[in-house]
Amino acid sequence: MNRSASRNLRYGLTTALAWTVAILVFFPIFWMMITAFKTEEQAYQLSVFFTPTLQSFRDVFARSDYLAFAGNSIAISVGVTVLSLLVAIPAAYSMAFFPGPKTQKLLLWMMSTKMMPSVGVLLPVYLLWKNIGLLDTLSGLIIIYTLINLPIAVWMTYTYFCEVPKEILEASRIDGASTWQEIVHLLMPMSLPGLASTALLLLILSWNEAFWSINLSSAHAAPLTVFIASYSSPEGLFWAKLSAASLLAVAPIMVLGWLTQKQLVRGLTFGAVK
Amino acid sequence: MPSSAHTALRADAPPAQAARGPGRWTQRWLMSPAVLSLLLWSVVPLLMTIWFSLIRYNLLSPDQTGFVGLDNYRFMWSDPSFFPSIFNTLVLTVSVLLISVVGGVLLAVLFDQEFPGRGVARLLVIAPFFVMPTVSALIWKNMLLHPVYGLFAAALHAVGLQPVDWLGEYPMFSIILIVSWQWLPFAFLILLTAIQSLDPEQKEAAQIDGAGPFSMFFYIVLPHLKRAIGVVVMIETIFLLSIFAEIYTTTSGGPGTATTTLSFLIYSLGLQQFDVGMASTGGILAVLLANIVSVFLVRMLANNLKGENER
Repeated sequence: MNRSASRNLRYGLTTALAWTVAILVFFPIFWMMITAFKTEEQAYQLSVFFTPTLQSFRDVFARSDYLAFAGNSIAISVGVTVLSLLVAIPAAYSMAFFPGPKTQKLLLWMMSTKMMPSVGVLLPVYLLWKNIGLLDTLSGLIIIYTLINLPIAVWMTYTYFCEVPKEILEASRIDGASTWQEIVHLLMPMSLPGLASTALLLLILSWNEAFWSINLSSAHAAPLTVFIASYSSPEGLFWAKLSAASLLAVAPIMVLGWLTQKQLVRGLTFGAVK
Repeated sequence: MPSSAHTALRADAPPAQAARGPGRWTQRWLMSPAVLSLLLWSVVPLLMTIWFSLIRYNLLSPDQTGFVGLDNYRFMWSDPSFFPSIFNTLVLTVSVLLISVVGGVLLAVLFDQEFPGRGVARLLVIAPFFVMPTVSALIWKNMLLHPVYGLFAAALHAVGLQPVDWLGEYPMFSIILIVSWQWLPFAFLILLTAIQSLDPEQKEAAQIDGAGPFSMFFYIVLPHLKRAIGVVVMIETIFLLSIFAEIYTTTSGGPGTATTTLSFLIYSLGLQQFDVGMASTGGILAVLLANIVSVFLVRMLANNLKGENER
């Protein structure tokens, strides 16, 4: 009797504590979500009781070239994802199925390129991009993001390919399949869930990247991260518009992240935590 | 095909015996785009930074050129914002690491318990990690921390206290708060996944042996999390050492040099004052700092993993 009472107490405390933490952590996002549906006057009344309106969303769409920024974000993220996978899949195939004595070292070296801080090469990249006309272009950003994310893409596809039984690929080779057929018609369909989660991680990382986008793009190729940064001027005090623009920028990626949290852990820790 | 049947039976057979696989050159060719692009990426810009750091190179005074040796480094050493920027970078990195690892472990233990709505609560806690840095910085700066209209000011006002100008009076604290809000969820997500892979039988056995919640935590849970904690520290350090967007959109490094990190200093030298030489000097120092930190990290992690294998 005493024991079950203490168990109930513990259950109640856990529930209360965990939900308090969850609500506190989520609160800024919740606040942004409801402010997005207020008018500018209502936003400053700090109340949760109000009649929702879509006015701020209309303002965001009407005021600025919001769609151009959103389009840039989509083009960059999709471009980075496709390009990274195109480069990573053949490399990972070669390393997973025909490992040599140096394969592990090669993988570690690839990861080690991520230890270099971006800011250490900001100036040369900026000047190079300026001289060859890549500054403020979509391809300029796609190239940089791909180079940054390539180690993750190779590593993730490599770990997924290692789970594919070698015998199946060998059987197809006996049936006369070429390397290309083997990769496209056999390996990729077999490791589709792994490739999909690699793609999602690349999408999320490039959608939210804010160092290179702020420094290498302005009017023409700027994605949403840069658009939102422009609200750091006094314009940011138009809370309802700031919130509406932010909500639109954040919502799709948050949903993707929620749907794929398990695979994300594996990708972000390079398979060390599953 | 006797050799292929042989390999099919023995999955661990040396790859060289694999049946009619792509030849050695095809294999190299398949790897070359990835390897060559990363090789270029890791060598060329770095060499250029080193070269720029040794010459006089200011986009605003193109007539002044020439090799100056280590002069830029000497100037950097005596620059009044250099040491504060190193100090700020380390304070920010270490504080956020401590908050996210300690907080992440505690939250992971909490969320490892059963309670109603656990799945939803878990989604709420990891959500900030998916918010882009410029959004989180501006929501915090304008809507929560604003000294006049912000929610925190209103809350303090409601209980009869004076509102605080968070970013003006406690700039570093505010930045740490914002960055921790983004990275604690990451640590939590990794550590919760790790804690849930703990064998329930091991826990039960410890309970039968009479282990209380504290000895359970220190002798079972924490050792199990060692590897995951190492991974969190490593990944967060890479990102935290080069935090930029949060500072760019909130304090611009100020007031004074209170929140100028090495990343922000280099940006401001290079792309605001157009002093390529000095900015590149800062860049080299940032690379050195990252390498020093990573050497310590790798050694720590290696010891960690070795300890785990011996157990």
